[in-house]
Amino acid sequence: MIRLEGLTKVFDTKQGAVVAADHINMEVPSGEICILLGPSGCGKTTTLKMINRIVKPTSGKVFIDGEDTTGMDTQTLRRNIGYVIQQIGLFPNMTIEENITIVPKLLGWDRAKYRERARELMAMIALEPDAFLKRYPNELSGGQQQRIGVARALAADPPVMLMDEPFGAIDPINRAVIQDEFLKMQQVLKKTIMFVSHDIDEAIKMGNRIAVFREGKLVQHSSPDDLLADPKDSFVESFLGNDRALKRLNLVKAKEIITQNIGTVSPSDSLETALSMCNDFGYENSILMTNDQQQPAGIVMRSVAQTAKGYCRDHFQNVPAMVGLDDDLRTVASLMLAHDMTWLPCIDDQGRVCGQVTQRALTHHLGSRFRAQQGSPVSTAPISEE
Amino acid sequence: MPIQTMKGALRALILLVIFFIGVWSHSSGLIDDFLFYLPDIQFLMGEHLWLTAVSGGLAILVAIPLGVVLSRPSMARWAESLMQVLNVGTTIPTLAVLALSMSFLGIGTTTAVFGLFVATLLPITRNTYAGLKGVNPALMEAAAGIGMSPTQRLFRVELPNALYVIFAGMRTALAINVGTVPLAFLIGAGGLGELIFTGIDLYDPVMMLAGAIPTALLAIVVDALIAFIAFALVPRGVNPARA
Repeated sequence: MIRLEGLTKVFDTKQGAVVAADHINMEVPSGEICILLGPSGCGKTTTLKMINRIVKPTSGKVFIDGEDTTGMDTQTLRRNIGYVIQQIGLFPNMTIEENITIVPKLLGWDRAKYRERARELMAMIALEPDAFLKRYPNELSGGQQQRIGVARALAADPPVMLMDEPFGAIDPINRAVIQDEFLKMQQVLKKTIMFVSHDIDEAIKMGNRIAVFREGKLVQHSSPDDLLADPKDSFVESFLGNDRALKRLNLVKAKEIITQNIGTVSPSDSLETALSMCNDFGYENSILMTNDQQQPAGIVMRSVAQTAKGYCRDHFQNVPAMVGLDDDLRTVASLMLAHDMTWLPCIDDQGRVCGQVTQRALTHHLGSRFRAQQGSPVSTAPISEE
Repeated sequence: MPIQTMKGALRALILLVIFFIGVWSHSSGLIDDFLFYLPDIQFLMGEHLWLTAVSGGLAILVAIPLGVVLSRPSMARWAESLMQVLNVGTTIPTLAVLALSMSFLGIGTTTAVFGLFVATLLPITRNTYAGLKGVNPALMEAAAGIGMSPTQRLFRVELPNALYVIFAGMRTALAINVGTVPLAFLIGAGGLGELIFTGIDLYDPVMMLAGAIPTALLAIVVDALIAFIAFALVPRGVNPARA
C-alpha cells in the first residue's frame, strides 16, 4: 500500500515559485496498479519521484505499507522500491546479469542466491537466460532492454514499484506485447504499483485505478470505468477524448449486460412456432435453435420461417457468432458489426446458451452512466437514443 | 580505372619509394652514421622514458581525482573557473613553464618533471571531467533510484562509463608529454633532446635525426600502449573499439 498525505513540491525558478504538486492526497491499495495520468507538466512525474525521493518533497508524507518513510534512510528506502524509467537506464558497462543482480548485491545477498534469482527473473520476462545473461545492453532491442529494466526493478522482490512511463519509448506493437506480459506477471506478483502515463488507452488497460492530474493538482481518482463514465469536469472529459464511450467497451464484460430471456427453438419445432417466437421476442432476422443440451445448434432465418413449411431441423443455418460470458464488449460489438446482428447468443463455460447480448443492452449500458450526469452535453457521446 | 587497381598501384609505388630511400640511405652511409649514435640513443631513451613515466604518472594520479572532484554537483559553481586556471598551464608554452620553474626550482630533473607534469595535467583533467559530466543522466537517475550511494554510483556507474573518454585524454596527454621531453635537455635533465639540440647546434642533421626519430617512435609506442590498456580495461558494453 502506498499512501500520500499532503505531498507538495514547490520549485524555485527565476520566474518565481512553481507549484509542481499541490497537496496530493491519495492511496494505492496493496496489489493494485494506480496510473498517474495527465498532460506533460501536470505534476504526475514529480509526484511519483517524491515517493523515492529522486525529487525531494517540500512538505507532506509518504507511507508505504502503513509506515511513514520520512525518517527512513534514502538508500534503504530506494532499495525496497522497484524503479523503472522511460529511458530504461540499464548500465551499459555491465552485462545483463550484472544489471539484474545489482539491487540484490547492494542488499548483500550471497552469490548463489542472486545468480539463481537472475535466471528466475529471465524466465519470468520470457528471455532465454543462457542467451542473454552474458550479453551487454547495447546488444539488445529496445523492447528486450525494457523487459530487463522491469526485471532489474523486480530483482529484490520489492512490495512497491514506481514506473515512470516505462513503455513510452517502445514501438506500439511491442508495447502492447510488453503490457500484456506485465499484466500477466502482475496477476501473480501482486505488487503495489504507481505508474505514470500520458496515454489514456494505456491507463485504461493497465490501471486498477486512475489518478488524473492537472497543473499540480489531483483532479480525479477513480476506477477506469468510473472515470470514463463520469468525468469530474470538462478538463478530464476533454483529456479522455470524444470516444470515451468506446474506450469503456474494453472494461465491461458480456456477463454484465446479459439478458436471460432469450427465445430459442428446438429442432423439432415447426417453422410456424419459430415465426411466432420471432415475433414474441422481437427478432427481426433470425432465432436461435438449440439442441437437447441447450447448446446452440443453428439459427432459423425469419424470412425462411415466413415462406417455407416444415420443421426447424430442416431449415437452419450455422450460428454466425457467439460470445462467452467473459468476453469484453469490444469483442461483442465487433462481432455484431462483422455479422450484421443486433443480438448475439451468449454461452457459458460448458457451451450452453445462458442468455443473449443485444445491441440495445450494449448501448444502454454504455449510455446510462453518461445520462446520469445532469447538464453535461450529450453531443460528445456517440449514443443514439432510439 | 577501378578503385582496386588504383589502390594496388599506389601501394606498389609506396613500396618502391621506401625501397629506394633504403638503398639511398645505405649507399650514402646514413645508416652507418645513424648506428654510430646507437649507444647514446639507448641511454638517452631510458632517461626520456623515465621523465615521461614520472611526470605522466604524477599527472594521472593528480588529474583523475581532480577531474572527479570537479565533476561533483557540489563543485558545479567552481568547476569551470578552476578549469580555466588549468588551461593557463597549457596556454603558456612548455618552454616558458620550464624557464619559469627553473628560476625557483633550479636546473635538473625535478624542474623538468614539474614542467612536464603541468603540461600533461590539463588534458587528463579535462577529459575526466568531460567524461563524467557526459554520463547519460538517465543512468544516474536509475543508479540513484535503485538505491546506490554516491560512492557506489561513482565507481560502478560513472567511472566505468567515462573510462573510454578518460583514456582518450591520457593518450593525448602522454603523446604530448613524450614530444615535449626533449625540451628538458635545455634545463639539464637529459633525454633524447640532447641529440636533437646538439645536432641543431652542430649543424649535424644525422645527429638531430638520431634524437628526433626515436622520440617520434616513442610517442607512437606510448600511444599504442595506452590504447591497448584502454582496450583491455574499458568494459565491452561501453568500448567503441570492441563493439
